[in-house]
Amino acid sequence: MTKLITTPNLPDADGVYADLLAAHDGLSTEESTALNARLILILANHIGDADVIRHALKEAAA
Amino acid sequence: MSSPFDIDLYPYQRHPDQDAAQPAHHPVTIVGAGPVGLALAIDLAQRNIPTLVLDDNSRVSTGSRAICFAKRTLEIADRLGVGEALVEKGVQWNLGKVFFGDRKVYEFNLQPEDGHKNPAFINLQQYYLEIALLERLRALQADGAPVDLRGENRVSTPVQHADHVALTIETPDGFYSITTDWLIACDGANSHIRNRMGLGFKGRVFEDNFLIADVTMQADFPTERWFWFDPPFNPGQSALLHKQPDGVWRIDLQLGWNIDRKAEQDPDRVRTRVAEMLGPDVPFELEWVSIYTFQCRRMDAFRHDRVLFAGDAAHQVSPFGARGANSGIQDADNLGWKLAEVIAGTAPGTLLDSYCIEREKAADENILNSTRSTDFITPKSEMSRALRDAALKLAERHAFARPFVNSGRLSLPCTYDGSTLNTFDELPDAPSQSRPGASCPDARLKDGHLLNTLGGAFYLLALNRTAPKSTGLQIVSPDITPDIQERYLGVAPSALYLIRPDQHIAARWANATSAQVIQALDLAKGLVP
Repeated sequence: MTKLITTPNLPDADGVYADLLAAHDGLSTEESTALNARLILILANHIGDADVIRHALKEAAA
Repeated sequence: MSSPFDIDLYPYQRHPDQDAAQPAHHPVTIVGAGPVGLALAIDLAQRNIPTLVLDDNSRVSTGSRAICFAKRTLEIADRLGVGEALVEKGVQWNLGKVFFGDRKVYEFNLQPEDGHKNPAFINLQQYYLEIALLERLRALQADGAPVDLRGENRVSTPVQHADHVALTIETPDGFYSITTDWLIACDGANSHIRNRMGLGFKGRVFEDNFLIADVTMQADFPTERWFWFDPPFNPGQSALLHKQPDGVWRIDLQLGWNIDRKAEQDPDRVRTRVAEMLGPDVPFELEWVSIYTFQCRRMDAFRHDRVLFAGDAAHQVSPFGARGANSGIQDADNLGWKLAEVIAGTAPGTLLDSYCIEREKAADENILNSTRSTDFITPKSEMSRALRDAALKLAERHAFARPFVNSGRLSLPCTYDGSTLNTFDELPDAPSQSRPGASCPDARLKDGHLLNTLGGAFYLLALNRTAPKSTGLQIVSPDITPDIQERYLGVAPSALYLIRPDQHIAARWANATSAQVIQALDLAKGLVP
């Protein structure tokens, strides 16, 4: 079973974080919520493993 | 023009039971002559079990109501003698379109799987189903089957005793009494029997209203299912357009919770709404209008000693996925043969507990699916709406997002995994879709279809092998067609299946002795404690 990776795994963490912020620049809260929702669905499909997503949900809610 | 539902098809007639000195006794009494009650009555009549059906009115249901009948229902209807008539009358469609706002986001083609006699589903007004069942009941009566249907007979009080149920029945001529061994309540969502017995429901009530309209129109709309999320003509809500026979179209418009129900059903108001939906140049006539709300819930137990509940009386779902009437007819399919075995004395009364185990599981599955559809169609929070809208928006450009879009998941028969009637799977390498508990997948044979050779009694299906002798069971040994290979054998060179009267699989083996088959048969009849 694939496990959720919880150790550092992203080569350019600062860059990706900046991209996340930039994507929301100038958006209203409602627009940002919509963007986040689309991003979640795109990433969930890319992960393609319900167990990993449920594990991630658990970690996010903790 | 008078509609079929304006005719008294089984008007009240005085019966000798009403003048009997002692209450007449009936082995089975069914309350409710809707799709579920009639299907059960026909099943029992075909088995020569004396059956009394009571209904508090004398007509078929008004309007299109259930509208979608799934393949499993058509297969059951086939066994009951009405399947082909339903398919001939019904509308078949494959193409569905999904709209979001003013844009079409995608379309899907539900190509039916090959090698099944029946289509994945048909659209048909519920009253046509009921009329077909009534005609079949009349034909059975004409052939001498011991079935009786009494209109305008309202059960007022069921009283349970150790070995029977006593019923008081109200008619236009006053009250009379009967006794019965088994009372089957098929009297719908507002079940009078359930209320009289003080039995409740558990589950969710959804705060929403839907306007349903049957409209006739001459317009050349294609035979497709159109579903709108948040359309310009019904902002923030959903809408559905479905074709039915006779040039009738079914429209479902979500209205929300805080509405004036009376004002919304005003024909002028409805005409305005429908015109906004169809466009200004489409002439139409309203045939029927109603408003519905719905619940997703079921009774804790479908059996209370000698009283059993089936269909909407036992469980209710949202309409998305067409799981109401379809699951009710599967209840009847599950219950019919078990009642017949118990009445004949060939199985213990505890066999009826397996009806609860199996159909309560099916109800939970249907409630889960229809609740998920409802949560997608009617988001309950800002975030659930954001996720819903995200899925719809992405669906236009990306195929990956389309499986998230949920406007109802097609009703499929429940596999009774874990049922007490199943024998341990001795052929686990054969296809999972034919494991013990599953309903038999249909398959094309050299002549005709597999399901037409099974059902009504226990059968042994012997594939690429001989069946053990002296089990007393009827044996079916079709040639191995590609469908049989794919759906029943897979990598297995040969197989032996024990098939229940409701066409569910009880057991399967590579090979079995007579003793093993008899043991599985006893288990499937509840004879093994």
